[in-house]
Amino acid sequence: MQKRKIIRRILDNITEKLLTISGAVTGIAILFITFFLFTEGAALFQSPQVEHGYALYVNSSNPVNTLQPEENKAIFDGEITNWNELGGKDGEIKIFRIDDAFQIYPESELGENYELLPAKLGEIISKEENILAFLPTQYAPQGAAVKALTAKNIQPKDYFLGKGWLPTATPVPLFGVLPLVLGTLLVSIVALLIALPLGLGVAIYLSELASDRQRRLLKPVIELLAGIPSVVYGFFGLVVLVPIVQKALNLPVGETAFTGSLLLAIMALPTIISVAEDALRNTPRAMREASLALGATQWQTIYRVVIPYAKSGISAAVVLGIGRAIGETMAVMMVTGNAAVMPQSLMESVRTIPATIAAELGEAPAGGAHYQALFLLGCILFVFTMIISISAEIISKKKNYKAH
Amino acid sequence: MKKQILLGLTLCSLAFTTSAQKIKGSETVLPISEKAAQVFMKSNSANKVTVTGGGSGVGISALIEGTTDIAQASRKIKFSERQKLQESGKAVKEITVAIDALAVIVHPGNKVNKLTKEQLEGIFTGKIKNWKEVGGEDLKIVPYARETSSGTYEFFKEHVLSNKNYMSGIMSMPANGSIIQSVSQTKGAIAYVGLAYLNSSVQAVSVSFNKGKSFTVPSVANAKNKTYPVVRPLFYYYLTKSESKVKKFIDFSLSSDGQKIVEEVGYISVK
Repeated sequence: MQKRKIIRRILDNITEKLLTISGAVTGIAILFITFFLFTEGAALFQSPQVEHGYALYVNSSNPVNTLQPEENKAIFDGEITNWNELGGKDGEIKIFRIDDAFQIYPESELGENYELLPAKLGEIISKEENILAFLPTQYAPQGAAVKALTAKNIQPKDYFLGKGWLPTATPVPLFGVLPLVLGTLLVSIVALLIALPLGLGVAIYLSELASDRQRRLLKPVIELLAGIPSVVYGFFGLVVLVPIVQKALNLPVGETAFTGSLLLAIMALPTIISVAEDALRNTPRAMREASLALGATQWQTIYRVVIPYAKSGISAAVVLGIGRAIGETMAVMMVTGNAAVMPQSLMESVRTIPATIAAELGEAPAGGAHYQALFLLGCILFVFTMIISISAEIISKKKNYKAH
Repeated sequence: MKKQILLGLTLCSLAFTTSAQKIKGSETVLPISEKAAQVFMKSNSANKVTVTGGGSGVGISALIEGTTDIAQASRKIKFSERQKLQESGKAVKEITVAIDALAVIVHPGNKVNKLTKEQLEGIFTGKIKNWKEVGGEDLKIVPYARETSSGTYEFFKEHVLSNKNYMSGIMSMPANGSIIQSVSQTKGAIAYVGLAYLNSSVQAVSVSFNKGKSFTVPSVANAKNKTYPVVRPLFYYYLTKSESKVKKFIDFSLSSDGQKIVEEVGYISVK
């Protein structure tokens, strides 16, 4: 007997230690992930604006010393064609890329490992007054008449307030996250506006009006909705919802922010319903009976007694619903069209943060500016969801006993 | 009991195979590698080949870090990636394993069935906005692109848009399949997909790269005889120092059997 007791105590001790360790490990893992996310993201602002390993060169007689990212894009897209639009002399901009060098000189003239390339490039630049050359720094042109444009690092202002997301544009990628942030918020908030009245209605019906049999049938069915994988939702959205929205509203395209919101609303419903229903059912029986005894009808009891009592639970349901919507990736990616524009209306395509990360991380060169910009997007999303879960915590703790 | 022993034996033999090799990277090349690995392992049971996707960028960075033996890519290795390799003192070898043609597609009800390179450039950079400007009906053009980081996106940008950027706010879809789906249900849509994905729910457009003198229909035959201009090579990359390890598989994928697989999957063989 004695022995058994000792063994049990030892076992208990071990279990306790194991639990402590697993708690500690989880905590450390979370801290580590957060740390990793933010260090990778913050490194973006140490990256140069011009694509890594490249620089822009002009003739030294050119008065222009630096170019803004947007100006660069406009030049290489052929929208700005004259130096005088950029504060330089009057003259058509001649764009020169490394590949052009191989068309001017045969490869044999450039040396085995292209040792002669820098000198040749310098020659080209000094001959052409209006040139704008985009060249790898490894073969930086040599010569007296060559001037490198000063390249600044990526500015936080351009990142957080920039309106263009063109991460693979050459020579200067644009990392403006404003359209993505606004797109995410728009889709999530509209989804909530659709899901909330519907979800609350169902929750009230389930907790107050439905018979036992109906509830036993409906509750599992609704919870089943939460178990469907989001890709399946996405496929359903693309094949069913998109054509319906397009035809019903007579739009040129069916992949809009509204379609995304509709799909997210369907996906957020189970969460909202089950949390709100639990809150409603937690109203003490005595309060309901007191209200009914005073002569109130069932409906009066619901909206004067039960709902005010369950207020904090319902708010928690709302916040959890937003949380579900904001982080959703796959389904939204398949139905919103993913166009990175500033959202102007609900009936246009938008691009959300999670969809951007999922779509682009796989092909971004590891450690580059694009990669870091995506991590920083992850940080923004992290901050969003953290604010949401903290407010959910605060709201659900705040009990509202003040009954009407 | 017998089963368990068998399982144990297979696990042991797997653990001890010396020539296990990993292939990782582009989703476009994935079907070729998968099929080739299957057939290859049938005849070379001692060699184990594992194939995973993830994207060209993922594959190449895995190659740099040494977690894969072959990187499959639908784009050429980037300058920055090559620099990283040089810094770590490694060199890569590039093998063209297959050729992929891109087809420009529109909604099946669209009257426009041929476009020049200049028109395509105008449409995808946002300068041409209505189908009537290129001989169709009065309908807004809705261009779809692949995701910004896919190899297909960059290839189309380099070869068809003459390196100009796509219009801001172009619709971008995560996969070839969803592009087909969207184009088949959007009247004004235009997009591009790999030839292997082409089906009857969309209409392929003939293209001209010589200012409208001649138009070519996208097809395997036209891509093979080089009259169809929008084609791109698909690559395998491996480190020169691990050549002996991967040689057998690379040789197989370039052999006539390997190239037959390439054609079965829907791409164009290099031979």
